[in-house]
Amino acid sequence: MTFKRKLISTAAMLALSAGAAHAQISGNVVKIGVLNDQSGTYADLAGPGSTLAAKMAVEDFMAKDKSLKIEVVFADHQNKPDVGSQIARKWFDSDGVDVIVDLPTSSVALAVNQVAKEKGKAAIISTGASSDLTGKACTPNTVHWTYDTWQLANGTGSAIVKTGGDTWFFLTADYAFGHALERDTEAVVVKSGGKVLGKVRHPFPSSDFSSFLLQAQASKAKIIGLANAGADTTNAIKQAAEFGIVKGGQNLAGLLVFLTDVHALGLEKAQGLIFTESFYWDLNDKTREWSKRYAARHGGKMPSMGQAGVYAGVLHYLKAVAAAKTDDGTKVVAKMKELPTDDPLFGKGKIRADGRKIHDSYLFEVKKPSESKGPWDYYKLRATVPADQAFRPMEQGDCPLVKK
Amino acid sequence: MTEIFGKPLPVIMGQLLIGLINGSFYALLSLGLAVIFGLLNIINFTHGAQYMMGAFAAYFLLNKLGLNYWWALVLAPLAVGATGVVIERLMLSRLYKLDHLYGLLLTFGIALVIQGAFRHEFGSAGLPYSIPALLEGGQNLGFMFLPNYRAWVIFASLVVCLGTWFVIERTKLGAYLRAATENPAMVQAFGINVPRMITLTYGFGVALAGLAGVMAAPIYQVNPLMGADTIIVVFAVVVIGGMGSIMGAVVTGFGLGVIEGLTKVFYPEASNTVIFVIMAIVLMIRPQGLFGSR
Repeated sequence: MTFKRKLISTAAMLALSAGAAHAQISGNVVKIGVLNDQSGTYADLAGPGSTLAAKMAVEDFMAKDKSLKIEVVFADHQNKPDVGSQIARKWFDSDGVDVIVDLPTSSVALAVNQVAKEKGKAAIISTGASSDLTGKACTPNTVHWTYDTWQLANGTGSAIVKTGGDTWFFLTADYAFGHALERDTEAVVVKSGGKVLGKVRHPFPSSDFSSFLLQAQASKAKIIGLANAGADTTNAIKQAAEFGIVKGGQNLAGLLVFLTDVHALGLEKAQGLIFTESFYWDLNDKTREWSKRYAARHGGKMPSMGQAGVYAGVLHYLKAVAAAKTDDGTKVVAKMKELPTDDPLFGKGKIRADGRKIHDSYLFEVKKPSESKGPWDYYKLRATVPADQAFRPMEQGDCPLVKK
Repeated sequence: MTEIFGKPLPVIMGQLLIGLINGSFYALLSLGLAVIFGLLNIINFTHGAQYMMGAFAAYFLLNKLGLNYWWALVLAPLAVGATGVVIERLMLSRLYKLDHLYGLLLTFGIALVIQGAFRHEFGSAGLPYSIPALLEGGQNLGFMFLPNYRAWVIFASLVVCLGTWFVIERTKLGAYLRAATENPAMVQAFGINVPRMITLTYGFGVALAGLAGVMAAPIYQVNPLMGADTIIVVFAVVVIGGMGSIMGAVVTGFGLGVIEGLTKVFYPEASNTVIFVIMAIVLMIRPQGLFGSR
């Protein structure tokens, strides 16, 4: 009996001391919510793979530092801003979620970005694209990790104009992301001396692009810029081949292409595409090691850059929570900006005052089937844009957090 | 260059043709729905999933068994139709005496299960399927480049649609079918196995969806969600044409494809809503649909 009582009191003391050490951790647990498209057109490039990436980040963090209790939850926002903000509110208000990660679909990311600010929680956006997230919509609660529309436009747009693709026609997904990507690319094209001959906005998501492609063909533009993503991009590329667009002398520029899209198209159809990404599994030993670990747990599928960004973002978030000894959203994000970033996937980098994570950006070309050595061996590295040039200079973004 | 409302004529001609191609798919799919509704009184919400299964069947025939597109055109609809027969025998046949709503709920539920299972297994980005070698390339029509494959789609769809219409409206078999929907007991009394006929009719409607899936595979990614996106439009087509009217489904399918195509030139943002606007207008003026009789 006495022994048992002793045991109970020791346990109670342990619990108390643990509580004291982490008095600032709400509910004594750091709860990470992965919010993305789990079932629709973006489910392969984000979806359950991002949830796995977040879990791997937690495991890798816990292997070194056992002081925190961490939990990962996920939900499907169906690419709808109203569904996304509703889940975010419920998570923040009643489920004790401290940070929301991933957030593909810019319209949803922009909505949840505001909710996080209102509730003083954190958002780490990986697959969401709009550069407005660190521009006029920036908040002290959001970090934009992996890539953005300005980076894509700058990397791909200027490379193509330089090699002679100076007249453009845009095929744009008709929502916040497509508009931002088109706007940012148009600016780069015009600045580099090119001309935009026309544009057409297609409903999101669409499956038939033939009539839009026909309009692009009639414009006689040298480059058809695809300002869309996921299945929209793969269908547009597939149908462009059918309508003889590339054979007719026009070229396609996939402005946002993920590894999973290339996989879905097959090298035969995707070869020669040039685009910008922040991550590829076969970049160096560290990315290969992690990606193989990931693929082993994800049905052999290699990670997209969005999924890689979720891993790296969560890892850095947890380091900041441990360092700040709190999970208060605003304070942790401030700490994330203060600490330099260092992870196996994106290397050393930093987060700017406007919330933009800075790292190198890569211009890739899809290999010919004959050049590929095996499954998932898809990209050739054409150029590396150094971190300090890859993203929009802070003073041009109109972010209210940045003092001019 | 001649212009209509500020758009060059070749562009408009091109869009009309594209509209006709998309219309072929609408017609094929709504035809199957119309056959099933007209003869079974079941609103078959599984149709989109069955269309998707047709495309997947084509993919598997090619990649697992090495059977090409032409084999798939025959075998995939048979396979998908067979699954339809199973569904009808095991489940749907128990619902004929109940309200439409039960059939709708059941088929909708089955569609969700099938789509969920395929998505779980194959992801949502889709699988590649190539155009058969014989139909690669295309013709330059002067105003546009028409891929051979798309021309084939229009042709095949027209043949199937008119054939189906002919069988149901003009042959003895069709007369039995129509009689069986009017008065099954009477037809049974003449020694015709009505339940079996109904099962086969459902199988046939489902096979049509599978056939449309095979024809769509080379154009779109073979994707678990391809049917979910299309089926809503197809339902609108059936409602506009008049529930259960075979000719209505075919004519409205092609017609709405063309209207949608023109919308994509003049106001692309509205191209996925225009069909529903038309549906609302038709329902207000002629609730039984353009070709509906009741």
